[in-house]
Amino acid sequence: MKFLQMTLMSFVLLLASAGAHASSLYQELGEKQGIDDLMATFVLEIAEDERVIEHFENADIDRFHRMISLHVCELVGGPCTYDGANMIEVHTGMGITRTEFNAIVENLIDAMEQHEIPVSAQNQLLDILADFHGEIVGR
Amino acid sequence: MMINAFAKQVGIGLIAGISLACQTVYADDGKLLATGAVTSIEGSGGGGIVPWATTASYAEEGEWGVTVNANFADVEDFQLGVQSLNFTYDNRVEVSFAQQRLGLNTIGGDLKQDIFGVKVRLAGDLVYGDMPQLSVGLQHKRNQTYGLPAAVGAQDDSGTDFYFSAAKAWLAGPLDRTWVANYTLRATKANQLGLLGFGGDKNDSYDYVSEASLGMFVNRYWLVGVEYRQKPDNLGFAKEYDWRDVFVGWFPTKSVALVVAYVDLKSIAGLPDQTGAYASLQVSF
Repeated sequence: MKFLQMTLMSFVLLLASAGAHASSLYQELGEKQGIDDLMATFVLEIAEDERVIEHFENADIDRFHRMISLHVCELVGGPCTYDGANMIEVHTGMGITRTEFNAIVENLIDAMEQHEIPVSAQNQLLDILADFHGEIVGR
Repeated sequence: MMINAFAKQVGIGLIAGISLACQTVYADDGKLLATGAVTSIEGSGGGGIVPWATTASYAEEGEWGVTVNANFADVEDFQLGVQSLNFTYDNRVEVSFAQQRLGLNTIGGDLKQDIFGVKVRLAGDLVYGDMPQLSVGLQHKRNQTYGLPAAVGAQDDSGTDFYFSAAKAWLAGPLDRTWVANYTLRATKANQLGLLGFGGDKNDSYDYVSEASLGMFVNRYWLVGVEYRQKPDNLGFAKEYDWRDVFVGWFPTKSVALVVAYVDLKSIAGLPDQTGAYASLQVSF
């Protein structure tokens, strides 16, 4: 009985800590400034990547940086509101392949490594962004 | 003898194929690091002793991949050496060829077999979406040495395993680490992978066995995990036991993967306490 109570207690605590993740991830990424900086490195990584650069040739890089920073800030529980188009609208007609999506993921990982983001925070951000795979690839 | 010659020709063909592939195909590595997993002891992409639903190499949609691999296990009375070649296309189809040699240190001599494998991804994805990656495969095995298997009651010198696998990775699982799990259901008549022939005096029909692997990425490059493989028990002369291992995998780049493991193969051919070390090296093109 005692064991069951303990197990339940730890389960509740675990759920609570999982619920608290969103805001702590925002902090782990260095809040708004940290996310802006991280996304700047990310955009630079993309710009140097021959595998994906063709999709960004006509892009307004400053706007792209601003919008993706806002979006990430909102997704990780920060006090931001992303008011841009949804991911399906943005990527329709681009024909992003699975290989290109993975290349972008690798660029983000490289950027996070450069900013010395802990593996746990890296994984949480990747997990959140991986959910967009279906909305981005093959549109 | 016919079979032997055939296998040799196929082996030469594969080697010719790979040198060709090396010249014409390169950097087809659209998958994420470590998602090609490694090469199992039967030549199929997977863990160490379990084939996974993943396809070997880093070939994504429309891409070709080639891997070469060597496995070596050294337990109390036996040494298992495996070399394999693996072709993948489209993150969809995997074709493999493996040669196994089991050295019988205590009994003397060795046992050899060739394994031809095919695997097809049916649905789902290892990393993205909710559905696990689902694959079916087969491994056709041909003994190159059949004297000992026949003497201990094996019914056939060749056999085919059929399997279904499901694999899933969680990018931020427990401890905010990336986890990967695989379950494989196999129909088999193979005694000790097939090295002791197929079917036996005790049972000569297909058995369904479960195989599972669970691993956690400590970071992007290091994977630690466990594996379990159920085995059939067809031969009357000695009971066949389930296998298990704990492993550490290292993925420094998409070109190379290295695995070391501690394996517990229980009792083989009546010789008890077959524990020891396992190492595997895989090179991807």
